[in-house]
Amino acid sequence: MKKSLQARNNDLANTSRQLEILSNGIFKDELPTFASKISKTNQFPLRPKKLEILQINVGYMCNQVCAHCHVDAGPDRKEIMTKETMQQCLSVLKNVAVHTLDLTGGAPEMNPHFRWFVEEASKIGVTNFIVRSNLTIILANKKYHDLPDFFKKHNIHVVSSLPHYTRGKTDKQRGSGVFDKSIKALQMLNAVGYGKPNSGLELDLVYNPSGAFLPGNQQELENDFKKALKEDFNIDFNTLFAITNLPISRFLDYLIASDNYEDYMYALVEAYNPSAVENVMCTNTLSVSWDGFLYDCDFNQMLNLKVNNTIKHIANYNEEILQNRNIIINQHCYGCTAGAGSSCQGTVA
Amino acid sequence: MSKTYYDPADLRKFGNITDWNEELGDKFFEYYNSVFKEGALSGREKALIALAVAHTIQCPYCIDAYTGDSLKRGITKQEMMEALHVAGAIRGGASLVHGVQMMNKVNKLEM
Repeated sequence: MKKSLQARNNDLANTSRQLEILSNGIFKDELPTFASKISKTNQFPLRPKKLEILQINVGYMCNQVCAHCHVDAGPDRKEIMTKETMQQCLSVLKNVAVHTLDLTGGAPEMNPHFRWFVEEASKIGVTNFIVRSNLTIILANKKYHDLPDFFKKHNIHVVSSLPHYTRGKTDKQRGSGVFDKSIKALQMLNAVGYGKPNSGLELDLVYNPSGAFLPGNQQELENDFKKALKEDFNIDFNTLFAITNLPISRFLDYLIASDNYEDYMYALVEAYNPSAVENVMCTNTLSVSWDGFLYDCDFNQMLNLKVNNTIKHIANYNEEILQNRNIIINQHCYGCTAGAGSSCQGTVA
Repeated sequence: MSKTYYDPADLRKFGNITDWNEELGDKFFEYYNSVFKEGALSGREKALIALAVAHTIQCPYCIDAYTGDSLKRGITKQEMMEALHVAGAIRGGASLVHGVQMMNKVNKLEM
C-alpha cells in the first residue's frame, strides 16, 4: 500500500508549496485567477449564506490510500479528533440551527469515539446525519462489520465513494481489491434496507473521475451506474453525486507528475460556470478539522486556510461573528464551479 | 511559427474560427452542438461514434477531444477499443471489398 504524501516527505505535503503552485505559473499571465473571474460577475468577495451544514472531519486516518485523495489520508495519518473536541462540537450543535451534521475523514468510522459522537449528537436532537464512508472499512475488521446496523439505527445518510462500476477503474484509483470489497459492503448496506425503495435509508454514491478529466453529466452517469450495479451485482442506491477532483494534495501531485496540470487547469477555467458560484458548498457549510479549527470547506482545511475571521476554533464558536466573513478563495475553487458545479452533494447548477 | 503541423493547445482555440467568418462559424457550432445533444441516440453512443470516426479520419484534435469526452462519460477502455475496432473493420473491409472489383477485372481479362 502506498504511503501518504506526508509520510513520503513529498514537497506537496507542505500546503504553502501547493498554494505557491496554484497562485503562480499559468495564473500569472495566461489564465484569470478565481478572484478576478468571480469579480466579473460581481460575486467577489464570496460571502456565506445561512449556515446549514456542519461538516466535521473527525480524522485523517483511513484504511485506504486513494490516488486522488484531497485529504492525503491513509493508515499512516494519526490526526484523530479527541473526545474533548467532539464535546466542543456537540456544545455548538446544541445551540445552532444547522440542519445537517456531515461526518467525514479519512475513514470517520476509524475514530475510536465515532459511535459515541453519533449517539451523543442523536441525544441532542441532530436527526440529519451524513457519514462519508469509503465502504471497505465495513469489511476491514470484525469490529466494523455491524456498521450497516449502526447506520440504520441512527438513520444515517450514507454517502460512499465508488469511482466506477467496473473493477479496473475503481481499483486503479482506490487500490487493489477495493472494488470487490466495496461491492460486498454495498450488498451489506442493501441487506439492511439502504438504497431500497421506501426504506427511508439513503445510500448515495460519489463518482470522482479516475484521472485528469472532469466528470460528465451527473444524471447520465447515475443511469449508467444504476443499470450496471443492478444487472451485475443486484445493488440499489439512491443518487449518484458527480464530484470534480480539486487540484490539491495527492491529485495535484498526480497532475504535475503526469504532466496534466496545465491542461487540467485550462479545462477547469474553460468550464467555469458563474451560476455554480451561487451554490458552492462553502456558502452554506462550515468545516471543522480534527483539532477543532474552522474552515470554509474541507478543501480549504487541507490547504490549512483557516476562516478569515477572529473566531477560528470551535471552542469559541459564534455564529453571528463567523457569518460576517469573506470566504477564502484560490485557484482550486475552480474545481467547484466547473460545468454543473461540484460540491459534497454533487452538482450545484 | 510552430515547427509541427499539430499543436495540442490549438484545440482550445477551435472557437476562434468564427473570428474570420462569424456567420458561418456560428452556424457550424450551432449545428455541431445540436448534433451531440441527446436524441434517439444517447450522448454515450454519440461519443463512441465520434471517437471511432475521429480515428478513421485520423484527426489528432478529435482523438484528444473524444477520448477525453469518453472518459468523462465513464466509458471504459474496453468499450473505447471495441469502437475503434469497428472503425478498423469498416476501414479494412472497405479496402478488401474492392477486391471483388479486382477479381471481376481479373476474371474479365484472363482467359
